[in-house]
Amino acid sequence: MMAQHGDLAVRVRGLRKEYGGVAAVDGIDLDVARGETFVLLGPNGAGKSTTVEILEGYRSRSAGEVDVLGVDPAHARLEWKARLGIVLQSSGEAGVYTVREQLAHFASFYPRSRDVDEVIAAVGLEEKATTRIAKLSGGQQRRVDVALAIIGRPELLFLDEPTTGFDPEARRDFWALIEGLKAEGTTILLTTHYLEEAARLADRGGVINHGRLIAVGHINELGGAEARVPIVRWKDDDGARHERRTARPAEVVTQLVQQLGGEPAELEVIRPSLEDVYLNLVGASNASAAPEAEEEFA
Amino acid sequence: MSTMTLGLARARYETKGYFRSPDTVFFTFLFPIVMLGIFTAAFSSLGDIRPGPTSADHVSVGAYYLPGMLAAGVLLSGVQNLAVDIAGEKSDGTLKRLGGTPLSPVSYFVGKLCRVFATGILQAALLLGVARFVFGVALPTEWSAWGTFAWVFVLGTVASALLGIALSALPRSSRSATAVVVPIVLVLQFISGVYLQFSVLPAWMQNLASAFPLKWLAQGMRAAFLPDGFKALEQHGGWELGWVALWLVAWLIVGLVVSRLTFRWIRRDA
Repeated sequence: MMAQHGDLAVRVRGLRKEYGGVAAVDGIDLDVARGETFVLLGPNGAGKSTTVEILEGYRSRSAGEVDVLGVDPAHARLEWKARLGIVLQSSGEAGVYTVREQLAHFASFYPRSRDVDEVIAAVGLEEKATTRIAKLSGGQQRRVDVALAIIGRPELLFLDEPTTGFDPEARRDFWALIEGLKAEGTTILLTTHYLEEAARLADRGGVINHGRLIAVGHINELGGAEARVPIVRWKDDDGARHERRTARPAEVVTQLVQQLGGEPAELEVIRPSLEDVYLNLVGASNASAAPEAEEEFA
Repeated sequence: MSTMTLGLARARYETKGYFRSPDTVFFTFLFPIVMLGIFTAAFSSLGDIRPGPTSADHVSVGAYYLPGMLAAGVLLSGVQNLAVDIAGEKSDGTLKRLGGTPLSPVSYFVGKLCRVFATGILQAALLLGVARFVFGVALPTEWSAWGTFAWVFVLGTVASALLGIALSALPRSSRSATAVVVPIVLVLQFISGVYLQFSVLPAWMQNLASAFPLKWLAQGMRAAFLPDGFKALEQHGGWELGWVALWLVAWLIVGLVVSRLTFRWIRRDA
């Protein structure tokens, strides 16, 4: 298995997780290559966190094959955990320790841990190193979470909604930190509700809805070429809106200028963002699914 | 690092955290000392306590309450503190985070156990110091008394710690932990001869208390610290150290088995 999938950090086939007969995860196949940053997108309750927690070894599965760094998480040992870094969705504990104490303590769990002060610098908390964690702001505590997850020099880093509640500046700093880890070759599995974040950080991504992976691919190709055809919009002399989807927007605009004999009113050329693509994908999936009551499994 | 070295690293970390939490320091660490002060001050006007009107043995109120407070300290440091602490770590995500690291659960528990020992020994030392130098209690001079104290303390502490770990599985949140654990511990202290003189309790209450470890812990402590004549006040007229050991070992095993069966880093499939 290792020889065959040696270039994969994560390999999932037919993953199912049921709670009381209801499938929270309903047959997911997923590959994440080593060194890749993969983002899982999807509405709350879609099955993202359940999937990630199965990969992290926190939850058991009902069916399917899961291989994370060559190991089945259901039978994982401590040596396997030493190769992972996990940033959980929520945090806030251990407030009575200082940033440096907490990191130094966690560093002692790992065989090849990073230098504590280097990690503190990497997350930009040099000035808070001797401050108790309870006294930090929410964004700073989140950086401690990331610092704790990378202190053991993980091969695979799980980031579950890492920047929820960040201000824009903190989010940009955080992205720079993650880009640094990517550059070092860390494989990253990210979940987020911020599509801009996904577009910025991820190489590939998948969209989960109703426990199924409804789209997967390169982050710039998610949803297929059709979903990304640019749109040209303008108003004619009577004020009526016109819209044309075209792969050659410049040509359309040139023709328009010729036809109208001048500048088209309120001219726009729109390239669908990841957010537009995502919303279309989820909307289409919801429309085709039976209108069942959704449950929050996160 | 080896499991044991990591356990000791956990012990240092845990002990530091313990003394940085004002509520545990007061309600677990200082509580028996405060109670010893209150009882000694409240009842000292009654004069010395004797096992019987004709007995030559007599001790001050402070000296009489000291063994019970030592036993209560062991119970608080183990059962109350660990049960509330671990339930809290479960609900605030500490355990989930640790469960995602290569920390062995064995190291985690070695850390907890060592912390209970460290804080328990400090607490007992402080209690003995306050009793001796503030309330003028004469402490035993024979080695055998200290030997009894040592084994009762060690056995009681391990049993209490394991029972605390076992009890931590019961509450669903850190808030309900206090509500679940404190009443149990408090009732035990009242019926087991910590706050109330055990010999004046009705027989049914004495029998009920005998099913729980605190009664035996307190009895063992009385055996170590009270003059021999006081054994006449015990339920069966003797210190019964064999039964003390047996009951503490039995509860230790109960704690071990229940902890082993119920402990999880996270509630799987919750």
